Amino acid sequence: MALSPLRFAWQDSRGMRRRLALYVSAMALGVAALVAIRSFGINLERAVAEQSKEVFGSDLEVRRSALFPDSTVALLDSLRDETGATVVREATFPSMARFPASAGGEGRARLAQVRALDGPYPLYGQVEATPTTSAGQIGRDTLGALVDATLLLQMDAAVGDSVQVGNRTYAIVGRVDGVPGQTDIGGLVGPRVYLPLAAIDSTLLGFGSRANYTVQYRFPDEAAALGLVRPRLDEAEIRYETAGEQQQQVTEASGYLSRFLSLVGFVALLLGGIGVASSMSVYVSEKAETVATLRCLGVSSGRVLAVYALQALALGFVGAALGAALGVLVQRTLPMVFAGFLPVDVANDVVPRALAEGLGVGLVTALLFALLPLVGVRRVPPLRALRDDARASGPDPARWALAALLVAAVAGFAWLQTRSVVGAAAFVGGTAGVFGLLAVAAVAVRAVVRRTARPGLPWAWRQGLANLHAPGNQTLVLLVTMGLGVFLVLALALVQRSILEQVALPSAEAGAADVVLFDVQPDQRDGVRQLVEAQGLPVVDEVPLVSMRISALDGVPVDTLKEVADSSFAGTEGGPERWTLTREYRSTYRDQTVDSEVVTAGRFEGTAAEDAVVPVSIEQDLAADLGVTLGSRITWDVAGAEIESVVTSLREVDWARVQPNFFAVFPVGPLDQAPQTAILLTRAGTPQASARLQSAVVEAFPNVSAIDVRLVLEVVSRVLDRVAFVLRFMALFAILTGLVVLAGAVRVALAQRTREAVVLRTLGASRAQVRRILLAEYALLGLLAALTGGLLALAGAWGLAHFTFEIPFRPDLTWLAWALVVVPALTAVVGLIGSRGALRQPPLAVLRAEG
Amino acid sequence: MTGPVLSARDLTKTFTNAGRPLTVLEDVSFDVAPGATCAIIGPSGSGKTTLLGLCAGLDRPTRGTVRLAGTDLGPLDEDDRAALRAEHVGFVFQSFRLLPTLTAAENVAIPLELRGESGATAAALDLLDRVGLADRAGHYPTQLSGGEQQRVALARAFSGRPALLFADEPTGNLDTETGARVESLLFDLNREAGTALVVVTHDPELAARCEQVVSLRAGRLVEDDAHADSDRQPSAAA
Repeated sequence: MALSPLRFAWQDSRGMRRRLALYVSAMALGVAALVAIRSFGINLERAVAEQSKEVFGSDLEVRRSALFPDSTVALLDSLRDETGATVVREATFPSMARFPASAGGEGRARLAQVRALDGPYPLYGQVEATPTTSAGQIGRDTLGALVDATLLLQMDAAVGDSVQVGNRTYAIVGRVDGVPGQTDIGGLVGPRVYLPLAAIDSTLLGFGSRANYTVQYRFPDEAAALGLVRPRLDEAEIRYETAGEQQQQVTEASGYLSRFLSLVGFVALLLGGIGVASSMSVYVSEKAETVATLRCLGVSSGRVLAVYALQALALGFVGAALGAALGVLVQRTLPMVFAGFLPVDVANDVVPRALAEGLGVGLVTALLFALLPLVGVRRVPPLRALRDDARASGPDPARWALAALLVAAVAGFAWLQTRSVVGAAAFVGGTAGVFGLLAVAAVAVRAVVRRTARPGLPWAWRQGLANLHAPGNQTLVLLVTMGLGVFLVLALALVQRSILEQVALPSAEAGAADVVLFDVQPDQRDGVRQLVEAQGLPVVDEVPLVSMRISALDGVPVDTLKEVADSSFAGTEGGPERWTLTREYRSTYRDQTVDSEVVTAGRFEGTAAEDAVVPVSIEQDLAADLGVTLGSRITWDVAGAEIESVVTSLREVDWARVQPNFFAVFPVGPLDQAPQTAILLTRAGTPQASARLQSAVVEAFPNVSAIDVRLVLEVVSRVLDRVAFVLRFMALFAILTGLVVLAGAVRVALAQRTREAVVLRTLGASRAQVRRILLAEYALLGLLAALTGGLLALAGAWGLAHFTFEIPFRPDLTWLAWALVVVPALTAVVGLIGSRGALRQPPLAVLRAEG
Repeated sequence: MTGPVLSARDLTKTFTNAGRPLTVLEDVSFDVAPGATCAIIGPSGSGKTTLLGLCAGLDRPTRGTVRLAGTDLGPLDEDDRAALRAEHVGFVFQSFRLLPTLTAAENVAIPLELRGESGATAAALDLLDRVGLADRAGHYPTQLSGGEQQRVALARAFSGRPALLFADEPTGNLDTETGARVESLLFDLNREAGTALVVVTHDPELAARCEQVVSLRAGRLVEDDAHADSDRQPSAAA
């Protein structure tokens, strides 16, 4: 038969195109998100490849968390001479930076990250500094300091002032606006001060220092030099990293980021797909008579399906193309969204590959979702032309097959993004789970509302409520799509709030410490205590800190254990994990447990005799990674002296508390005379008192560092804000898709609404009354969506807080309250705008059309 | 065609309703000769539309056979029956069933398009002219009155030059005057095209114009005295 499905599809879509175009545009936002993220990801990869040297700063870097032994220094020097490399040496460590001229000459101080450099830093790229010439002074042997712009701003200092680090004072010769390879977020966490390595107060690098040392190389002939250097470093068991390896890591990390965000964008696409399926299903039911007539006239079922599939395909293409174009626009905003996270400058190039992928994924998704209801046209019996009640019965295997294909396609996409079967399964399971939960919650909320509906409600509201239960409505689909948007945004907000409260709360508790002074040397303890008390502040606690490493477990030397750990997959054979053997432990001693820890096994020993095996309490997760249990023996190396201990208790520690917590706690006695520093906790109460204290402490004891818990809170809050902004940006696509689906659904239901409105008006209802019914219906729908999404968000946020972050869940219900106001209002506005045609129709015209 | 264009034998249709079998048509047999006119009459619920659906292959009988244009419908699947309809059958419905998104001319052209015939549009315009709607060819169904819509439906039914035309209460939705015009047109076209006509109707006058009457009551054929005249063919060949 030659009835051209293509031509008929075109003819049949007359008058429906605008309506169909609206719901297909539901796909557009998801495609836009995918195209934007993918383009951005590809541009980011290119930028990393092009700027890898600037990002890494050198061809090769050797790093160590303690001073290099003499033998290593000799080797590194000879490698430099042999290759003709240019070298930069660096020591990086946290220290207080005090600005004596700030606060009207009183001085202000805060903890900063000191980068002490020696050599022509940076080896690649350029430091952006003001004045520009000052960049050249970094790494030179002068007494000039360069300071991060953010730190100068915070401390109210400027170029020309001075900064005190340790016992030395440096002239601030420049303000650093940008350093290649460093992110703004990093600067937020630890603002940097650049000092000449040769002019550092050596006491800052002495006992108890947390300095990291690096030597960076730039080779005249990179390939040849690496060929020479690598085997020598490997042979000497010196750890190093090359720019190539670093580039690979950054590429992998940025790949993870863009793939994760692609999945979030894909959720928006799936939401759009649900919208398409639901609108198509209404469309198909409206087309049933046309289909039946065509069947009576002799058109085969396959041909009828082809007609509507072609319509869906064409509309899917329009939607995807629209989305791809939008994606190119959105992509231009992404570098701004991610500003602060990226160590490179990313271009805005249009990426044809990303466009093609977005189009393809969008088209396939649109078609699969549209076909779900469309295959039903095959089963419209021709008898339907004679009898309205003629229906196909029994399940349709084609629909099940399509659903399976859809799940497979989603899983396939997730696999492409995660390259992991578990990841893909988790995405499919998680998405299906959330959709399923939303559907269940939507059904439950609807049932509850129906039961609680009071006959005392005004007629318009009862009528609006009844419309939500009317057969053939799209309540469930709308609750799921809009509810998901509410869920995403609210869950993020609620978790963010809980994390902040977790940090904020201890400092808000009466008497809790809000300033932590650390690196206090034994001979400074009395002085620091007196200084704190002289400011009228209480000493809340003093905690001794002893640095140590593990030298043997149950008599087996740590070197042997390391070899075992290296030769097997960590943890799979029950041996200790490598990190537990190589790290430096900062332990304490005291006679009792504190309120942030609970003994879960054994008994905490508070005192011990000096000559006996020392009882020690180990944090339970560390115990698992170390493979020790009660009764295990651990030999510690404390500044060269060996201390034999036996595990007598295990503790569960609440690490989220801003207070000193420890992996290993010793009893009072055995470590009293060991080399140690102390942490002193006090409560300043106000930011002013805290600033005064910090400045005074640093002036008197330059090596002592201070952390203001409020500052930590502020930094955490700002970092979380930036992360949340990115996630919300992606969630926005889901919300907008929800609104487009809503607009589409309103448009699809317009014919039905018009018929209802006409009947009501024929019976004497005023336009205002009909409008009130519509207002009630859509406002209620929005309210239910907000409730559904909100309830699930509460549950989800609780789960995240409880299981992932392991913090108490303290929801801020004002967010929920906002959702309950804003979502119904938005829904009502979209609903009323979409339905205004129903009010405009004169009843007579509609009744005549019905005849 | 030498044999009957439609031959129904022992047609029985049983539905299951709330677990109980309900027979709406029982042992109905009749033939329609090429070019003949046949009315199916009976009170509401007597099984008229069910019988029409079975004869046109829109539904399958529980028992019995239907031969349409010499082909037994029994072994044919849904798509084969659709192809057979496209080749030999025309339809006129009580509620016209024009496709709302197609113009009058495009609606009329569908059967020709289905056969892949060239000149479908010209033929459609001819037929619209024949039913007096040449000037309405570009109008959509909603822009036409009920009588005009049914005339378009008639033009569509005849455009494929079917051997057999099924009409389901063709004048049921029209006023008397318009109904009479449509009725005349139906018989005129039937005569001119040599198409056999099977019409389901409540209208005794319309039934009286048919050469043959199949009268149903409670799903069974009954003798209808009014049509048992010697100059007419037997109402049923049971």
